[in-house]
Amino acid sequence: MKELQLKNLYDNFRDGETIKAYAKIIAQDAKKLKKPINIMEVCGGHTHTIMKFGLPQLLPKNINFIHGPGCPVCIMPKERIDHAYVLAMQSDVILVTLGDMIKVPGSNGSLQDARSKGADVRFVYSPMESLKIASENPDKKVVFFAIGFETTTPMTAVLVEQVIKLKIPNILFHINHVTVPEVMVELIDSRDIHVDSYNNQIDAFLGPSHVSVISGSKIYDKFPKEYKRPVVVTGFEPVDAMQGISMIVKQFIENRCELEIQYKRVVSYEGNLKAQALIEKYFEKVSLFRWRGLGNVPNSGLKLRDEFDAYNAEIVYKDVLPIAEIEDHKLCICGDILRGMAKPQECTIFGTACKPTSPVGSCMVSSEGACSAYYKYGNLL
Amino acid sequence: MCLSIPSRVVEVSEDKTMCRVDTMGVQREANLMMMGEDDIKIGDYVLLHIGFVMNKIDEEEALASIETYKEILELMDEEERRQAILDDDNCENR
Repeated sequence: MKELQLKNLYDNFRDGETIKAYAKIIAQDAKKLKKPINIMEVCGGHTHTIMKFGLPQLLPKNINFIHGPGCPVCIMPKERIDHAYVLAMQSDVILVTLGDMIKVPGSNGSLQDARSKGADVRFVYSPMESLKIASENPDKKVVFFAIGFETTTPMTAVLVEQVIKLKIPNILFHINHVTVPEVMVELIDSRDIHVDSYNNQIDAFLGPSHVSVISGSKIYDKFPKEYKRPVVVTGFEPVDAMQGISMIVKQFIENRCELEIQYKRVVSYEGNLKAQALIEKYFEKVSLFRWRGLGNVPNSGLKLRDEFDAYNAEIVYKDVLPIAEIEDHKLCICGDILRGMAKPQECTIFGTACKPTSPVGSCMVSSEGACSAYYKYGNLL
Repeated sequence: MCLSIPSRVVEVSEDKTMCRVDTMGVQREANLMMMGEDDIKIGDYVLLHIGFVMNKIDEEEALASIETYKEILELMDEEERRQAILDDDNCENR
């Protein structure tokens, strides 16, 4: 077999002819489906790929997508954004976070707004840049506002480890890491409670790509077994997505309900064990984390373990941080969209009061949110 | 947010905590602290996420997928040719 080239990893997984070939295979197989199937792509990266490459147009009518909550920026409740804003406004604080957070509005405005009012907010490519910022500003506290799913959590853990090991006195953490399987359970369970009023149901999951690189596909074991929903862990490229969808359809026509991996070039059943150990060492579950659009989801959030309280900005700055929860906008139907009960264009404020430049609800906040993807690529529908 | 970029390792630091990767002609530093000490060698393909190598890309699996796609395309070509012949045989205008 020929040697792999770097460009193969891009070109071969975006090839238009291969996408069309899979569209044909899926169309042939879908004729054998006994009923339409609704596939939830959990991850916002998948939502973006699906909409960018117009995959719904290539698929038969009896295959429907439900766009999941896998965009960590989107699901951040406003009170957490307000924490970032308040921390940034402290005169002794440099707030450091990933670029995705720049424009996300809290109740007082976004971090970009805080910066325009004089706050020192740094948007970084990697959490490790915090080390340099801290050493250059010894008279300031650097607060790393950590966001992301399992994909990004171990990188924060590496930074925590370095801060402790190198005895860096001026880096603190505000942890907003969330986990995927718990919200998948929540979506299935909440659907079952209201089953009569739901237009759509989640029949299968297109499993996240890079969450699974870290955690391994083992975290989805219970979905085929206990919840009778197939899961196919799938890569981010459009050929990956089409192959993943094809694998799900084949499971239905062959009466199988299994956990499969399409994205075998980087995902294993066990995942990255070193990364998992880092997460385990520094973080523990919080009993409830409030997701914007979905409300409280049990055991879906992480916090620093109690022994690292000295590094926990939520404890160090507890006297200035607001505690009240902020409800979602009354007209926003993001919760229904995430549960598969509605599509973005059914929302009365979609594209009018709620746009990517002035998002009202969670799904419009980042380009990985369903509403934002529909807004950008909606002319393809 | 969870996007990751396939890249090739061109240099590994002596203490094996950092490496230099090439992403389609752009070179940058990447952290190796999430990988086992001898997991990554020069020439390996890796996935990069927020400055870290998050995993190695399995070349055999990548090539196997590419081979599957090639076979599917060949099969489709064959089917299309067969269909074109059948259509031609059934052409009423002849």
